[in-house]
Amino acid sequence: MSDRALSLDIEAPFGALTLRLAERLPLAGTLAVFGPSGAGKTSLLRLIAGLERPARGTIRFGDTVWADEQTFVPAHKRGVGYMFQTARLFSHLSVRGNLRFAEKRAPGPGQYTVADLVDAFDLRLLLDRDPATLSGGERQRVALARTLASQPDLLLLDEPLSALDEARKRDILPFLEDLPARFGVPTLIVTHDIDEVARLADSMLVLNDGAVSARGDVETVVNGHGLEPMTGRYETSTLLTTRVSHHDPRLSATYVDLGGARLSLPLAEKLAIGADLRIRIRARDVAIATARPEGLSIQNMLAGTVSQIEDDGAGAVRADIRLESGDLLSARITRAAVEALELTPGLSVFALIKSVSFDGRFA
Amino acid sequence: MWSELGPLWLTLRLALVTTVILLVIGTPLAWWLAQTRSRAKPFVEAVTALPLVLPPTVLGFYLLILLNPQAPIGQFWVSLTGETLTFSFSGLVVASIIYSLPFMVQPLQSQFEALGAEPMEAAASLRARPMDAFFNVALPQSARGLLTACVLTFAHTVGEFGVVLMVGGNIAGETTVISIAIYEHVEALRYDEAHWLSAWLIGLSFITLFCVYAFNRRDRVHVG
Repeated sequence: MSDRALSLDIEAPFGALTLRLAERLPLAGTLAVFGPSGAGKTSLLRLIAGLERPARGTIRFGDTVWADEQTFVPAHKRGVGYMFQTARLFSHLSVRGNLRFAEKRAPGPGQYTVADLVDAFDLRLLLDRDPATLSGGERQRVALARTLASQPDLLLLDEPLSALDEARKRDILPFLEDLPARFGVPTLIVTHDIDEVARLADSMLVLNDGAVSARGDVETVVNGHGLEPMTGRYETSTLLTTRVSHHDPRLSATYVDLGGARLSLPLAEKLAIGADLRIRIRARDVAIATARPEGLSIQNMLAGTVSQIEDDGAGAVRADIRLESGDLLSARITRAAVEALELTPGLSVFALIKSVSFDGRFA
Repeated sequence: MWSELGPLWLTLRLALVTTVILLVIGTPLAWWLAQTRSRAKPFVEAVTALPLVLPPTVLGFYLLILLNPQAPIGQFWVSLTGETLTFSFSGLVVASIIYSLPFMVQPLQSQFEALGAEPMEAAASLRARPMDAFFNVALPQSARGLLTACVLTFAHTVGEFGVVLMVGGNIAGETTVISIAIYEHVEALRYDEAHWLSAWLIGLSFITLFCVYAFNRRDRVHVG
């Protein structure tokens, strides 16, 4: 599986935007396509799905050429499941009818049945409903199940949560998180929410103005400041993989372990002890002390050494701290603070973390 | 009195045959018009809409010239069936198809345009071939448009007068449709007969339209 890949070497104009990419995307796990609106994320998915034709170049799925100068494999022959931003359920069919439509056209019995999907997405009570009477979250669940019912070889999710409010997102996120493990379909997900990327994806591709501006595993891209051009320095953050250590309901805290150091998070008892948890720390939420401070309300304190100091020219400075765990943590502080503390690379410091965010919607 | 209803049945038969044939011809044409980016589109649209603006006499006149047994089309038909197209039921059908074409194509075209590309794209992403998607997604979702187009076509054909008179003349049992029969009765001052046919036409038309509107009011019908 790992040697199979979706290779794109294309140029495709879409109005004012021209999508230009040359990438080989491995067909395994979940890849997030991240970028500001108008960057060409949806256009990229449409090209892959066969709903658009590239002006020049080649799209290859494994050994099969999907598009080049002579060939164009139409969407219905690609076996690409596409979940659109809006569910696009067929209004003349019931929920059951929508699922059957996909099932009937699937190439054959796959690793899972429609009954499995109905269970997985909790659709039993919705089967006889008219799509028009479903809530936004229910609609997206049906759409996702319908897409999977066609037994796709590749799954494209185009901002599947963008049309939903927070409560509805919470309904559907656990289903999305389960996808790769449960159904084994390589997945591309378009999103502009970093917490979603952090939780759902293994690797990410950052699209800016029709071109790839960063690509790699999620932590490398986020921590390497690959997103700054889009999110702005103010949102600069660090993703760290921690391990859930224990819960303390009395203090309403969940403790996680990071290379021997311990961090406390708001209580999230659903997290399994020993499970990996990816947390996100915004650089602006990190303060620096040169000596271990006493009598402080901040509980999360990590020792490390300054590795790099970068002035953004607007009075703010990004200091990268090499933690004892080996991870690099970014802090956003003022130039005045750098001078007062005489921060230089190599200096031993304590990073004081005012808040840790992790995707509690999964907890 | 009941024997006098011949023209009514002839008219209904003509309208039904015309509607069925136009459904078969008009649906793909309307679909093409709704989808195409071809430069020929405005040309085809203009030709399709011509029967809306032309006086029926103009249409009837040229149809008479085209369909008469000396003209290539008329000649071909005679060699094929042994019948003439002018002054025959077949000729009336041909004339009605042309005359009612916009009433089938225009509602369908706007229905298909309103449908947009989204359902077809969704169907394609679920491995449905284009024809499969057309018959199982586009058409069922266009049920209202189809119904409207059929009713308009049927009604318009029933109400036809000028074109049928010119192409079909007035041959009892063959080309005497209801509008012509009524006209004839009135000309001959046979008002009772005129009333009888007119009342039937009004009644049937009302019932048909009432059923259509009642159906349209109801919530969507479900299959599957």
